[in-house]
Amino acid sequence: MTQKQKSEHLLRIEELKKYYPVRGGFFRRKIGDVKAVDNISFELKRGETFGLVGESGCGKSTAGRTITRLFKPTSGKIFFEGEDITNIYGSKLRNMRKDIQMVFQDPYASLNPKMMVGSIVSEPIINYRRVSEKKVREEVMDLLTKVGLPEDAYFKYPHEFSGGQRQRIGIARALALKPKLIVADEPVSALDVSVQSQVLNLLKSLQKEFNLTLLFIAHDLSVVKHMSDRIGVMYLGNLVEVADAHDLYRDPKHPYTRALISAIPMPDPRNKSDRIILKGDVPSPQNPPVGCPFHPRCPEAMPQCSEQKPQLKEVNREHRVSCLLYD
Amino acid sequence: MSSQNALLEIDNLHTGFNIDGDFHHAIKGVSFDVKPKEVVCVVGESGCGKSVMSLSIMQLLPKHNGKIDKGEIRFNGKNLAEYSEKEMNNIRGKDISMIFQEPMTALNPVLTIGFQLDEVLLNHSKDSKESVRKKSIQLLKDVGISRSDQIVHEYPHQLSGGMRQRVMIAMAIACEPQLLIADEPTTALDVTVQAQILELIKKIQDERGTAVMLITHDLGVVAEMADRVVVMYAGQVVEQSDVDRIFHDPQHPYTKALLGSIPKMEEEVDELNTIRGIVPTLTKMPKQGCRFVDRCPAAMPECRQIDPQLGETDKGHTVRCLLYEESRPGEKAEVRS
Repeated sequence: MTQKQKSEHLLRIEELKKYYPVRGGFFRRKIGDVKAVDNISFELKRGETFGLVGESGCGKSTAGRTITRLFKPTSGKIFFEGEDITNIYGSKLRNMRKDIQMVFQDPYASLNPKMMVGSIVSEPIINYRRVSEKKVREEVMDLLTKVGLPEDAYFKYPHEFSGGQRQRIGIARALALKPKLIVADEPVSALDVSVQSQVLNLLKSLQKEFNLTLLFIAHDLSVVKHMSDRIGVMYLGNLVEVADAHDLYRDPKHPYTRALISAIPMPDPRNKSDRIILKGDVPSPQNPPVGCPFHPRCPEAMPQCSEQKPQLKEVNREHRVSCLLYD
Repeated sequence: MSSQNALLEIDNLHTGFNIDGDFHHAIKGVSFDVKPKEVVCVVGESGCGKSVMSLSIMQLLPKHNGKIDKGEIRFNGKNLAEYSEKEMNNIRGKDISMIFQEPMTALNPVLTIGFQLDEVLLNHSKDSKESVRKKSIQLLKDVGISRSDQIVHEYPHQLSGGMRQRVMIAMAIACEPQLLIADEPTTALDVTVQAQILELIKKIQDERGTAVMLITHDLGVVAEMADRVVVMYAGQVVEQSDVDRIFHDPQHPYTKALLGSIPKMEEEVDELNTIRGIVPTLTKMPKQGCRFVDRCPAAMPECRQIDPQLGETDKGHTVRCLLYEESRPGEKAEVRS
């Protein structure tokens, strides 16, 4: 790894796989795998927001949690600042956690109901840095104001806050260690639209202020497009398209991306475009289709799609698609 | 408000709950109507009372503390609020049926799909079991389930979320109701499946002439489905109009703010508009004045003192806001409650 590459990419994922074993039968032997993440590769540039989008069960959350090393990858490599973090452990892993933090989906489940907000936000600081109690208190107060919470929030408990405010607490906690990368896993999907926009604006402004790189995982393509510089579309554990956010919307290449975009109801009754209605549901990742994972639902499937698995290939500058139509 | 040949008329409805000995109104003076074959969307954020309203219509409020204490719900001219439990049982599922948000919890996990579907038909007709089963299989076909003769023997957990919602819809349309109430029918589903389900509801409404009252928080779904839109905030209707004017000439500050806060695919904006604060809870609702005042960008001092009334600003376009009360042509708005 050269110095130049190191400075350009904060995070690089190479052929990452995460399989969960399925056990059953006699002695609960392993009888199969759920291929939650099946061979994905992408990279995050410094300071950018990379959006990972897909329907439920496509493996986007598993990808996020494997990258933060909350799950152990089955195979593949994760490079953070040029350093291989796939198999680090102990103090090295502990140090790495300082730089990669996470914001979770459910603001009700991800905060300890028995801890004061102040303790929740100061815990990472106390765990990782040697600073006086007074300094910690000052920093936490500062963080709480930055995420738009009143200072007296310090002495309150999570149940005293609404969903949007709780998500702000989660963001303050993730920021406490001044990380370089934040993985936000569906941070707004539990919120109402008016509150959703508050949290999205907050994330954007904090990103500028703290110079953060963001991996933004969500199922709502319009939210992802608003937030991201580049977007990766996942389907059944595979990345099917990676492109600049603008290009992805203007010129989607993969049939799945096209269907996904056309399925989003537009908030304008005068603009009723022709929808591509996909047949059926997402197949089970335990027994994915042979060949292209999307071919049973694809409106443009060809005979060879059920035999050959397409690879992610560059079709335009910075626009990669895995589809045999572009082979 | 009453107009001829409305299928459902909700007139000055007040529904509330007993919380710690005090009675709080979750619905305060809601009036609107649904005409035959029409799709009316009720839109609002969580806590605005849209689900309580659908439960009020179906008389499914929790018995221990929920109550309709004022107003009428007229269905074909008859007031449902005065119906007995037995009379309501004849209406529910037959004339008015409902699709719930969570297809997993709305279906009974220990009964087969076929049994649950037959039950609806057996309750409301005198057909034999065999003919009912045949009809069930046909209904499942109608809602787009391909191996319907096998599905009738399966249990809800064997189906995906989209399939379960299709089963719910099959149950809802089994007795050819005149009105279908769909309470957030696609919220738990993925977008590609949501598109399938919305298409199906549209098809049913088209082919069978069923009126649909669709309750949702998603303005995209509203634009896609609605003929008319009722915007609710904190238990009141704040704006009501046909779908085009809601999106292209919104008048209430809440409707405007709501429209501004959704990220749009075709636009590139750096910052989204927001509505400050959150919907006040039932117990903390302002006693006097406009209920949106604390979050309103256009709030005036008098907004805290005067209760705004729903009034017409344009033909078929009603708004509850002081900004429009003076500009109204002719008479002052009809005062209710």
